[in-house]
Parts: sequence; structure tokens; C-alpha cells
Amino acid sequence: MNGDVTWVGLAASLALVAVAVALSRLMALRLEREMAWAAARALVQLVLVGWALGLVIDPSRPVVLAWAWAAAMVAYAAVVVRRRTPEIPGILPLALVAFTAAAVVTLGVLFGLRVFPLEGRTLVPLAGMMVGNAMSATVVAARRVVELGTDRRREIEARLALGLASRRAIRPYLAAAVRTALIPQIETTKAVGLVFLPGAMTGLILAGVDPLDAVLVQAVVMYVVLGSLATTTTVVALGLSRRLFTPDQRLVPLTRVADPAA
Amino acid sequence: MSAPRLELDDVRWSRSGREILRGVTLAVPAGAVTCLRGASGSGKSTVLRLCNRLEVPDSGVVRCDGADVAGWAATDLRRRVGMAFQQPVPFAGTVRDNLRVAAPDAGDDALADALERVALPASMLGAEADRLSGGEAQRMCLARALLTGPAVLLLDEPTSALDEASRDAVEAAVAAFVARDDRAALWVTHDAAQAGRVGDRSVWLRDGRVHDRGPA
Repeated sequence: MNGDVTWVGLAASLALVAVAVALSRLMALRLEREMAWAAARALVQLVLVGWALGLVIDPSRPVVLAWAWAAAMVAYAAVVVRRRTPEIPGILPLALVAFTAAAVVTLGVLFGLRVFPLEGRTLVPLAGMMVGNAMSATVVAARRVVELGTDRRREIEARLALGLASRRAIRPYLAAAVRTALIPQIETTKAVGLVFLPGAMTGLILAGVDPLDAVLVQAVVMYVVLGSLATTTTVVALGLSRRLFTPDQRLVPLTRVADPAA
Repeated sequence: MSAPRLELDDVRWSRSGREILRGVTLAVPAGAVTCLRGASGSGKSTVLRLCNRLEVPDSGVVRCDGADVAGWAATDLRRRVGMAFQQPVPFAGTVRDNLRVAAPDAGDDALADALERVALPASMLGAEADRLSGGEAQRMCLARALLTGPAVLLLDEPTSALDEASRDAVEAAVAAFVARDDRAALWVTHDAAQAGRVGDRSVWLRDGRVHDRGPA
């Protein structure tokens, strides 16, 4: 294929890492070792993943291996969300439910409506796109909902004091939290093709695929990302919002610990 | 005095290991304004929050119309026992939007009546709530609380930051409120003159206990 990159070509592209290292030295950024380490580590990780993917998506192997890979990605994404939100107790099972729900929705639509054939080579990358892109938005939604318990406490209590049930009392603030998490992706979706060429499409074109075919795949990927973000953020927001209240409709502060990044 | 609308019977409440209320017993009779007085930190606001179950006691009983409030659905109890907070809490949107949170099906006439009760003009219905002055916002919040049709009103120093005109409007609205249908009010205030103007009786808290009771 026209877009094949040889090992020699890969080695040549290391010149770009050399450029970055040289600029770091020139500007006294002291990032040379980190840049070299990051480039080397990324290459090793990708080669390992490529090798493992080769085994999993081999058409001669059962598709259950690809499902196992997707399940592992879902679990790992939940772990990453927990690591990035240590201030939120009990986020792990909730994130697990959210990513599982997103997987059921997105993969169910894609394979149920036969947008793609159900094979390892389609299942694994689509699940990866779904999970990978939803992580940041899920973290944002989770943090915003927890902040509600303190930042909007007076307003939520005032609504409770008017006799509103907890779900109604928190609804406008919950919607704002999910909006905050979703808007960057909506903006990205709107700008795609005009401002930047997204990864899947670029990769396909580089690999020699007809640009229009690449566009079709990219459009589906964008919709997968949008659908999965909406699902994970909604599930996490609803799940966490329930923890802001006692069963008898009182507002309780969630236990918050210091942000380790602060 | 009539039978109590609200009663606290040997109520204890603590937070983070610190006992805030240490066996409070008091009654809020119908047809009267009871002033709750005492130094900051004596537990006055906590008493109010226990009455509409924004908090629950560690021990003891809070009763509304003779029934333990623990047995009420919180949403029903809070519509029967309304609350005005120390700081006004306007929600996003117009005054009309704010009032409709309390009374979603109310027409403009009913909303205008509610504003009139707190001496605000009907023309204010379309105003953005976050542009109101402090006094206007507090009066709107009181109108909002009255729209749920409460039998008891809890007031947590609602006039402490208001100008004289707004304070007078709030006091008049509460006096009109208790004058009908055996309603009652429990009003936290530091202001002895205000207690004299609006209160029928006072209860003094000190260190989480009832220290004294008597005429306002």
C-alpha cells in the first residue's frame, strides 16, 4: 500500500524527535531526556500493542478475544478515571457502569445496525475510540457534580426547602455539569474537516484509502465518540448526584480530599 | 395561645463530634410569631433546619401538628413548613421563573398576588432575578416560600442585611401570614427591637439549650 511505513522510514522520522530535542537544548527547557524517553516508550508500547492486536484481530481467531480486549479497555478506563478523581469516593464502580453502558449503546448500534461487520479488526479499534475519548469528559462531569455539593449547596437546599424532590432540586445544576463536559466535544465535532483533519481519517488517507471512504469511517467514529461521551457523562452525573442526597432528601457533602495535583 | 404547630421535644444534634443542641424542648403555637434568640453559635439555625428536616436529630422528636416529622414525606413536610434563609437565594431566570419553582401551575395573577404580599409590584415578574437588589431578592424569596401554601414559616434572620423599607415589608408580610388560618412563624433574630415589633413570645437559646422563655 502507498502509505506503508517501513522501519527505515520510522527511523528517519526520528529526525523530528531530534528537532524537538535540539530546540529543547537551544531554549534550555531541560526536556531532552523526557522527550527521548517519551518517544522511545511510545514506540515500544505501540509495537507491543500492535503485536498483541495482530493476535487478537487475526480473522482466524475467535471474536471473543476481541471482546475480552474491549472489556479490558473498559475496565482500564474506569481505573484511569478513579486515579484522576481521587477526591470522589466510590467512583470506580460508577465509571465501570458508565463505560459499560457506553459500550453497549455504541457497539450495539454499530454492530446491531451492521454499520461495520462484527470482527476483531472493527471491534477493538472502535471500542478504543469509544473509551479513550470518553475518559476526559467523564472526569470533568464527575468533578463538576461533586463541586455542586459545595458550590451550589445554598441553591439546592433552597429548592429542597420549597418541597422539591431531590432529583428536581438538582436537575438544572446537573444539566450544567453534563453540558460543561460535552461542549468541547461538540465544538470539536463541528470544526472537524474545517480546522483540522482528525486522526482516523488522516491515518486511513496515509494508508492509501480513498479520501471519501476515509471520511465515511471518520464520520462514524465522530458519532461513536459523541454517543459514548453523552452516555458516560450522563450515567456518571446521575449516579453521583444520587450520592449528594440522603434517602430522605437531605443534601450531604461528599467527602472530598485534597487534590493531589494542587 | 392555640395548640402548637411545631414542637421540639428533648432534641439533640451534633456535627463532627460537637454537640450543637443539648436537649432542646420548645413549642411554636399557632396564630403567633415565636422569636428564637441567642448568641451566634447557640444553635438557632439548626433548630429551624430540624423543623423542615434539612437536618434530622440524633435523639428526641420534632413534631408538626402533633405528628413526628420523621414520618412525613420530606417534600410534603417542606411545603407545609416553609423557610426563608438569611441570605436570599434567587435561582437563574426571571422572577416569574423563580416563583414557578414553588408553584409550577400558577398563572400570572397568582404570582402577582404573591409579589403584592411582600410589597413588590407585579411589573417585576419579568425582571431577571439576579439583577434584584438584596431587599427585593429577599422579598421575592419570601413570596416564593409563601406560594407553596405553608402552615408554618421558618425565618432565619431574613432581614439582617436589608434596608428599613424592605425589613418593614417582610415584617408586614409575616404578620399577615400568621393572622390567618392558625398559621405560625418561628423567627430567628438578634434584634430585640424587631422581636418586640413582630414577636408574640421569645425563646432564648444558650449553648444548645433553652435558657429562657417569655414575652417577645
